[in-house]
Amino acid sequence: MDARENADAAADKKKGTEAVLDLQDVSVLYSGKPAVRNVSCAIWRNRITSIIGPSGCGKSTLLRSLNRMNDFVDGVSIEGKILFAGQNLYGGDVDPVEVRRRIGMVFQKPNPFPKSIYANISWGPSINGYDGSMDELVERSLQQAALWEEVKDRLHDSALNLSGGQQQRLCIARALAMEPQVLLMDEPCSALDPISTAHIEDLLFELQSRYTIVIVTHNMQQAARVSDYTAFMETGSLVEFGETDQIFTRPEKKRTEEYVTGRFG
Amino acid sequence: MAFSSEQEQRNLVARHRRSRLFARLCAVVTWSSVFLLAVLLVRVSLDGLSWLDWQFLDSFPSRIPERAGIKAALVGTLWMIVLVALIAIPVGVSAALYLEEFAKRGRLSRLIEVNIANLAGVPSIVYGILGLAIFVRFFALERSLISGALTMSLLILPVIIIASREAIRMVPMSIRYAALSLGATRWQTTWSHVLPSAFPGIMTGVILALSRAIGETAPLILIGAMSFVAFLPQGPMDSFTALPIQIYDWASRPQAEFQELAAAGIIVLLIVLLLMNATAIYIRNKTEKRQK
Repeated sequence: MDARENADAAADKKKGTEAVLDLQDVSVLYSGKPAVRNVSCAIWRNRITSIIGPSGCGKSTLLRSLNRMNDFVDGVSIEGKILFAGQNLYGGDVDPVEVRRRIGMVFQKPNPFPKSIYANISWGPSINGYDGSMDELVERSLQQAALWEEVKDRLHDSALNLSGGQQQRLCIARALAMEPQVLLMDEPCSALDPISTAHIEDLLFELQSRYTIVIVTHNMQQAARVSDYTAFMETGSLVEFGETDQIFTRPEKKRTEEYVTGRFG
Repeated sequence: MAFSSEQEQRNLVARHRRSRLFARLCAVVTWSSVFLLAVLLVRVSLDGLSWLDWQFLDSFPSRIPERAGIKAALVGTLWMIVLVALIAIPVGVSAALYLEEFAKRGRLSRLIEVNIANLAGVPSIVYGILGLAIFVRFFALERSLISGALTMSLLILPVIIIASREAIRMVPMSIRYAALSLGATRWQTTWSHVLPSAFPGIMTGVILALSRAIGETAPLILIGAMSFVAFLPQGPMDSFTALPIQIYDWASRPQAEFQELAAAGIIVLLIVLLLMNATAIYIRNKTEKRQK
C-alpha cells in the first residue's frame, strides 16, 4: 500500500464507512458501442450516492450494471470490474440471480405485481427461502417504506388500487423485504407528483442509516437534498465524483459547475 | 358559428357526414353476418329440433332413423376435447413460453417462428395424411381416439402457440424486471408472474383452437374414424366416431329423415361449442378480475 492509499483509507475511516461497491474502470457497451466509459468510483456503506447528468449520459445504464439487470438487454457487454464484497460481479463464478438478491432495485415507473399488497412483499422472500414469520416481515417492510399506516387494513387488496406514490413506496418495501445490501433506485420519483416525491425523499433519509442507496436522478435539487455523494456523468463518462456539498458548491470541473448551476442539460 | 369561416363550416359538415356514413357501413356489415348466422340457426332448428330428444342423445346409430342417435359421436367428441386439450395445451404453451421467454433471438428461433406461422395455414386434410402416416401406421396406434387426438393436436398447435405468444408478449417487461430484481430465476418469474398475467389471453386462444378442432372432419375421416359405431370408447386406444363425422354421414344419405337427423346433430355440435366458449369466457373473466 502506498502513501496515497493509506491516506485514502484513513479518510474512509474518518467517514466511518467502507466501500460496498468498488467500480474499477467500468465500461458498458451496447453492441460494441460504449454507453458508459471507464467509470471508477466507490459506493460507500450506509450512504446515499446520487448519479446526475443530462438525458442519455449513461447514468441508468451504469446503475443497471450494478445488479446485472443489463444482462437482459440484447448485445450488452461490460468491461472493467465491479467489486462487491471483494468479488467481481461479472466474474465467471458469480450467479447473477444471487447478485440481484443482494442488490435490490426500484424502477422509474412503479411496477407492482398485479397481486395483493401482501403478496407483492412476500413473493421475493418466499422464493428465496425465507422461513421466518411472513406477517412480521411484511409489516416491517411496509413500515420501513412508510406505507404501513395507509395500507394495514387492506393488505389483501390489489396493489393496483394504490396511488402512484403509494405503489412506488410499495416497490421500495418489496425491495427492502429482501434486506438488500445495496438499494439501487432509477429515477424513482420521475413518475410521481411533488407530494409523493417529498414522501419518498423523507423515506430516503429514514433508510440511510441502514441501507446503502444509489439513486439516479435528473432532478439536481433532489440530488442536493438527499445524497451524501454525487457523481456527475456526461456522454458516458464520469466527469466528477465527490461529496454532494463539494459538487454543488465548489465543483472542481468547469463542466460540473455549468451543469449544477443549470447552464446546460 | 362565429369562430370559423363559412368554408370551414361546410368542410366540417362534409367530414361529419363521411364519418356517419362509415359508421353505418360498419353496422350493416356486422348485422348482416349476425343475420346470416340467425338464418342458419333457424333453418337447422326447423329441420332438426323435432328429432332432438333424450332418445336421440342416448342411442347409437341405426339404419332406422327413428332409432338412430348420436350417443357414440357425442361421447367420442367429448373424449377428443379432453385428449386434445391434455396434449395441445401443455405443448403449445410451453413452446410459446420457450420462444418468448427463453430462446435466444437468432436465426434458429426466427426459422421456428416462420415455420409455425406457415403450419397454421396448412389445410387440415394434410394433417390428416400426416396423422395417418405417423400415428396410425408408424406408431401403430391404429384408428383410435389417441391417433385422432394427436392429429388434431398437431393441427391446432400452431394456433395455440401463436395466440399464447401474443398473450405473453402483452405482459409488460416491467413485471419481469420487478421479479428478476428480487433475485428470481427466469423460471420463477415466468411461472409466478408472466404466465398468470398472460393466462386470460392464452385461454382465449386455446378455446378458439379447441373449437376448431371439434368441428374438423377431414383429418378424422382420413385417419379412419368410423361413422357407424355401436359402442362407447372405453379408453384412448379404442376406435371412435365424432360429431362432425356422424353429421357428415347422415347428411350424405338420400332419405329426408337422415337429413333432419344431421340437422339435429348440428344443433348438438353447436351446443357443445357454445358451452365450451361460455366456459372459456367465464374462466377468463374470473382470472381477469382476480388480477385487478
